[in-house]
Amino acid sequence: MPLTHLQRLEAESIHIMREVVAETDNPVMLYSIGKDSAVMLHLALRAFFPAKPPFPLLHIDTTWKFRDMYEFRDRLAREVGMKMIVHVNREGLSQKVNPFTHGSAVYTDVMKTQALRQALDEHGFDAAFGGARRDEEKSRAKERIFSFRSAHHRWDPKTQRPELWHLYNTRKHKGESLRVFPLSNWTELDVWQYILLRDIHIVPLYFARERPVVERDGTLIMVDDERMPLREGEVPAMRKVRFRTLGCYPLTGAIESDAETLPQIIQEMLSTRMSERQGRVIDFDVSASMEKKKVEGYF
Amino acid sequence: MAQDSAPVASGIDGYLRAQQQKSLLRFITCGSVDDGKSTLIGRLLYESNQLFEDQLAALAADSKKMGTQGEALDFALLLDGLTAEREQGITIDVAYRFFATERRKYIVADTPGHEQYTRNMVTGASTADAAVLIVDARKGALTQTRRHCYIAGLLGIRHILVAVNKMDLIDHAESPFRAIVAELTVFAQKIGIDDVTFVPVSALHGDNVVAPSANMPWYRGPTLLGWLETVAVDDTRLEHAPFRLPVQWVNRPHQEFRGFAGTVVGGSIRTGDRVRAQPSGRESSVARIVTADGDLEQAVAGQSITLTLADEIDVSRGDMLSAASAPAEVSDQFEATVVWMTDEPLLPGRPYLLKIGARTANVQIGELKYKVNVNSLEHVAAKTLALNEIGVCNLSLDHPIAFDVYRDNRDTGGFILIDRVSNNTVGAGLLDFALRRAHNIHVQALDLNKTLRAQMKGQRACVLWLTGLSGAGKSTIANLVEKKLHALGRHTYLLDGDNVRHGLNKDLGFTDVDRVENIRRVAEVAKLMVDAGLIVITAFISPFRAERRMARELMDEGEFVEIFVDTPLALAEQRDRKGLYRKARRGELKNFTGIDSPYETPEHADIRIETTRLAADAAADLVLRELARRRIIGTVH
Repeated sequence: MPLTHLQRLEAESIHIMREVVAETDNPVMLYSIGKDSAVMLHLALRAFFPAKPPFPLLHIDTTWKFRDMYEFRDRLAREVGMKMIVHVNREGLSQKVNPFTHGSAVYTDVMKTQALRQALDEHGFDAAFGGARRDEEKSRAKERIFSFRSAHHRWDPKTQRPELWHLYNTRKHKGESLRVFPLSNWTELDVWQYILLRDIHIVPLYFARERPVVERDGTLIMVDDERMPLREGEVPAMRKVRFRTLGCYPLTGAIESDAETLPQIIQEMLSTRMSERQGRVIDFDVSASMEKKKVEGYF
Repeated sequence: MAQDSAPVASGIDGYLRAQQQKSLLRFITCGSVDDGKSTLIGRLLYESNQLFEDQLAALAADSKKMGTQGEALDFALLLDGLTAEREQGITIDVAYRFFATERRKYIVADTPGHEQYTRNMVTGASTADAAVLIVDARKGALTQTRRHCYIAGLLGIRHILVAVNKMDLIDHAESPFRAIVAELTVFAQKIGIDDVTFVPVSALHGDNVVAPSANMPWYRGPTLLGWLETVAVDDTRLEHAPFRLPVQWVNRPHQEFRGFAGTVVGGSIRTGDRVRAQPSGRESSVARIVTADGDLEQAVAGQSITLTLADEIDVSRGDMLSAASAPAEVSDQFEATVVWMTDEPLLPGRPYLLKIGARTANVQIGELKYKVNVNSLEHVAAKTLALNEIGVCNLSLDHPIAFDVYRDNRDTGGFILIDRVSNNTVGAGLLDFALRRAHNIHVQALDLNKTLRAQMKGQRACVLWLTGLSGAGKSTIANLVEKKLHALGRHTYLLDGDNVRHGLNKDLGFTDVDRVENIRRVAEVAKLMVDAGLIVITAFISPFRAERRMARELMDEGEFVEIFVDTPLALAEQRDRKGLYRKARRGELKNFTGIDSPYETPEHADIRIETTRLAADAAADLVLRELARRRIIGTVH
């Protein structure tokens, strides 16, 4: 009986994590509170059981996440008993950099990309796990699982090291570092199936519920707290929505949905492949948010 | 048809259970660029409903605008359009694509076709269970077709599907298809691939891709997708191989628990089974197979597990746990097939790092036996391997490792080579077999050692390694140092070009390969002389960091003193006592260091002599003072 696809993906991810722990000095796991992070953390707990994963978690906090996400993060850190480092770009915060007045490009560069570099340098981490997948985005499809970064955190797609078999070259000079993507070969559907299989807890925002939203530039934005300035004529309305990806609430579009359980989410995913109208809305949502991540250079 | 379709609401739970039982197949697609590879993959994604509606709408628009198929969809645009890197002129690389049916999830490594991308194909093939090789029905098997078939076989892919494409352009005729079958069957047998399936397809129109074609009633075999759904994954074969677990990490959460974590890369293991730790050879039995969901009775190839053993035996990262009844071989010398993957050529004699399983060793590559012409499969004599070349050579490691030959197990027989200076992955290789002599040569532990021999002379043995440009003043300083040491009653020996190039190394020229070998021999001779208790002085340009480092690592800690005779090129060229620079400038002398061959400046020399500031005699005194400071000789007054 051959292993199932989820078993093979799980084994590959665990192998990758152990290799990093064995060969680097000071690894860290980037934890974004989303579903991919949830799966990655779950895999880490399995990889090192009965020991705790021998690295801390790092959350780059833009201060603009959904309130549900903060609550989930703090509870989770207590439950798994791992150190959770929360890093905020203080400089950006003191300059009141926010997605409304500075625009998303400046905001994400200052509060995410710069903040990540600050945190990695400050703690001297030489390897960072990220939850990115190859099916998310075009350039990721060609990035290595072990992605080498210069001392200035830069990725050079032209000098990627070949990755053969399951042999990963982790050697680097002082100051250089690795970004490692244990979920490279997972698809979005795999992630959902695995969450279902392993009963992994995720932020409630993934499930459909009545939430206050405004429609802005064709996207449904949830009014999560009083910091969101409403434009003229905008009145938050309660609609049954959920989120397919989670980020900063002012930049994350909701979708209208009735999916309140994991099987319903998976079913919705499968059927939207067929439906022209729904498929377009969702796919627009996905490519827009992925495009965003790419611009940010966050990974 | 076997494809993902929306389940009815009532059946979702059963559907999800079925989804979780899917297997995973990794395959590569290869073949000449114009043979329709992109179109075929695009068609496969389309027919198995992997495309979103808006992607199809965009494709329809693009097809009208720039397609080559009139009003019909041009699937090639789908893949080519996705590859942003291609537009930016970035080196074309393996792209991984994903799709799923009800039976299987697929990971496709889409590998580029040209010869200059051989390394990319090797990379994609290294993890593939199967290969889909595309041939244009009109052109038949081309050179590229045979090359890809050879590489797939070399990397251990046992199942190949040859998709004979563009059947619509030859009126779906059977006889040209049969001719290709006959030709490639013979070729595949020659290179040792037994399982080759031929399918006549039209990627453009979808014939025999997912559904059987009405245009080719004479063909009764599987469709492309039908074959992918049923072809055996590599894990199945490995289930029956002997148990192998390279230990990745030792799990020690507390005193009472010591677990060995790793991925099973061969066979299966049950609690109570006898295992042997290799290379040490100590044995124990498996006490527990530990997972987060509770202990397992059994684990199989492909799973990442943690084992505990019944006895406290010494096992650490890099060791291999093997079935005691069928252990792996252990050796430090091999014949191997190497694929070179970087612009700078492979230099026999230069030390590299070799990573296999969870172990990294120092390796020296011996002389190349031959390289393979990947187009004709002929063996060609060679001194080096350039980018994308494949050759056979001997390897010598600095310690023994447990391994299987590659054709038995890819994970315990495949390795990568890493450059020790740049840290890049520069090559990949397959262990063919262990050399017999490795079994017979043992390091003789002698009763007398170098410390005793050196003590008899009242000194500490060491190497003073002078490096610098031609004409920098190395020999002058080396001679003075030797005279001064002699005057102090020290037993020395000076190795330089004059006494080495005319004898021991008279077969060597000045190419990079020969320079590396020259320094390797000098370093080995120096090591023997250090063993004899001497203070050895060497004066060679020794332009490459890697070789100087190799020489340093041959010696024990503190025995190697690197002395950089630092003279600016302009000054050395101005002196030019032997007239060599003038010859080099006129092009009469090739590969001359500083002119058309690089000198890699030492980064951490033990002593640096700036000849612009220090005369030769003062420089020699500086060296002696440094030797005294290091207590290699007594205090110098």
